[in-house]
Amino acid sequence: MSLNKSDVEKIAHLARLQIEEADIPLYANNLSNILQLVEQMSAVDTTGVEIMAHPLDAGQRLRADVVTEIDQRALFQSIAPQVEAGLYLVPKVIE
Amino acid sequence: MEWEVVIGLEIHAQLATRSKIFSGAATAYGAAPNTQACAVDLGMPGVLPVLNAEAVRMAVKFGLATGCKIAPRSVFARKNYFYPDLPKGYQISQYELPIVAQGKLEIQLDDGVTKTIGITRAHLEEDAGKSLHEDFHNLTGIDLNRAGTPLLEIVSEPDLRSAKEAVAYMKKIHSLVRYLEICDGNMQEGSFRCDANVSMRPKGREKFGTRAEIKNINSFRFVERAINYEIERQTDLLERGGTVIQETRLYDANKDETRSMRSKEEAMDYRYFPDPDLLPVILDDGFIKATRKTLPELPDEKRERFVYQYGLTPYDASVLTSSRELADFFEATERASDGEAKLAANWVMGDLSGALNKANLDITASPVTAHMLGGMIQRISDDTISGKIAKEVFEAMWNGEGDADAVIEKKGLKQVTDTGAIEAAIDAVIANNPKQLEQYRSGQEKLFGFFVGQAMKATQGKANPALLNELLKKKLSA
Repeated sequence: MSLNKSDVEKIAHLARLQIEEADIPLYANNLSNILQLVEQMSAVDTTGVEIMAHPLDAGQRLRADVVTEIDQRALFQSIAPQVEAGLYLVPKVIE
Repeated sequence: MEWEVVIGLEIHAQLATRSKIFSGAATAYGAAPNTQACAVDLGMPGVLPVLNAEAVRMAVKFGLATGCKIAPRSVFARKNYFYPDLPKGYQISQYELPIVAQGKLEIQLDDGVTKTIGITRAHLEEDAGKSLHEDFHNLTGIDLNRAGTPLLEIVSEPDLRSAKEAVAYMKKIHSLVRYLEICDGNMQEGSFRCDANVSMRPKGREKFGTRAEIKNINSFRFVERAINYEIERQTDLLERGGTVIQETRLYDANKDETRSMRSKEEAMDYRYFPDPDLLPVILDDGFIKATRKTLPELPDEKRERFVYQYGLTPYDASVLTSSRELADFFEATERASDGEAKLAANWVMGDLSGALNKANLDITASPVTAHMLGGMIQRISDDTISGKIAKEVFEAMWNGEGDADAVIEKKGLKQVTDTGAIEAAIDAVIANNPKQLEQYRSGQEKLFGFFVGQAMKATQGKANPALLNELLKKKLSA
């Protein structure tokens, strides 16, 4: 499977990446190569092989339901570009 | 053409854990903004999520209560999208392997019919933060206290066929999660909300029509209205030869309408994949058995028991078991009343519920306790007071004037059962109303009520009604 220009643009949009028009053919080529590798792997017969959700053959450790975190808002907000009334401020989003 | 609506609901129930699903930050509602958002919730680099055991146990409890299969192995996945209230750029959810699936729930409809609704799956996920759009000079304020709060998303089969059925189902799930003590069910605070998938098809056709998804509805009333609006909108569109497009819509309660939010073309591409930060959740039989032992008596079981143990009608039993607290209150009242189940049911569902509604109080905050109400009912059944006087006693108890015996004593409400006293009152009434007596005797029998009223008045309402009726009838026809 090979990707065209609009595929690349769509992927860039989904990842919220700004890309240069001139670089699109290069990305298309690189990404297509990755997909070709996937296609190659898809050709392997995997009948009877359990889907791997994680490379480690172990189960998730659980933690007790206890509050262990203290309020560190001041520290976290010291690196935020803009805060007010305890809120992080971001460019206006409306749905 | 006759159309049929097909509805499926996705309910989000916030799980009542103390800490978040993947971090040790508190989940308490109403804290100052961002004071309960830790490094994990903020998606800081280098942090790792660790799953809350209680959230898992609560999801399994729900699964067991709805006859779901409990997955021996379930997997968390990343649902990727960009929004400022989701700092990591993905929500940790479950996709291909949810923790519980394939259950069912019975709902009771108004006409007494019971219908079984399939539960496709229920999966664990984290909630996002909150965006505040006002008052920040054209910027959006973000509060991440809610980010990482555990949610159970409960997905129904498209088995619902009317807005009323959808509401009955949502109420049933609401009652169930509260019985199970896994969610506080507070809809104002957003602890329980739902999305509705609505489509229309010609009646009799098997294939589903194109659906619209109505997002984030947070009251039973709005669910009913939003669905009914959508039924009308889609039917109208189809009748005029148009087609419904697959889209996400928002319900606007002020205008009582739904409006388009985004279409299928603009639909998010979530690019789910297994979260490499989390291992599969493995649940063994021992854990599932131990969790099953913690299940309380469920609403359906309780309802059936109320019918055979107390002789209540199925309707009364279902009203009284709609919440665990109400059911407990009824049972405590019944005990305190010395087994007067029917009276206890009537008082709890009638005067007490009415007074609570009026005062906007929850049953757990009732100023009249089950013990007080039961005590008053004893006084009705031993003929100390009539049902009518009981209303006065109830009101006095509600206003904090003490228990029934104290109120009856203080206000002198004890019923008159002394035949002589009642006869004297009746004689006086008859003597004072010769005209009415004549009319009554000449066949105007409805005047009986007039005499009852006068005689009751003469005894300040304290005459035993049955006795008064009997004596009055005798004297009038003498």
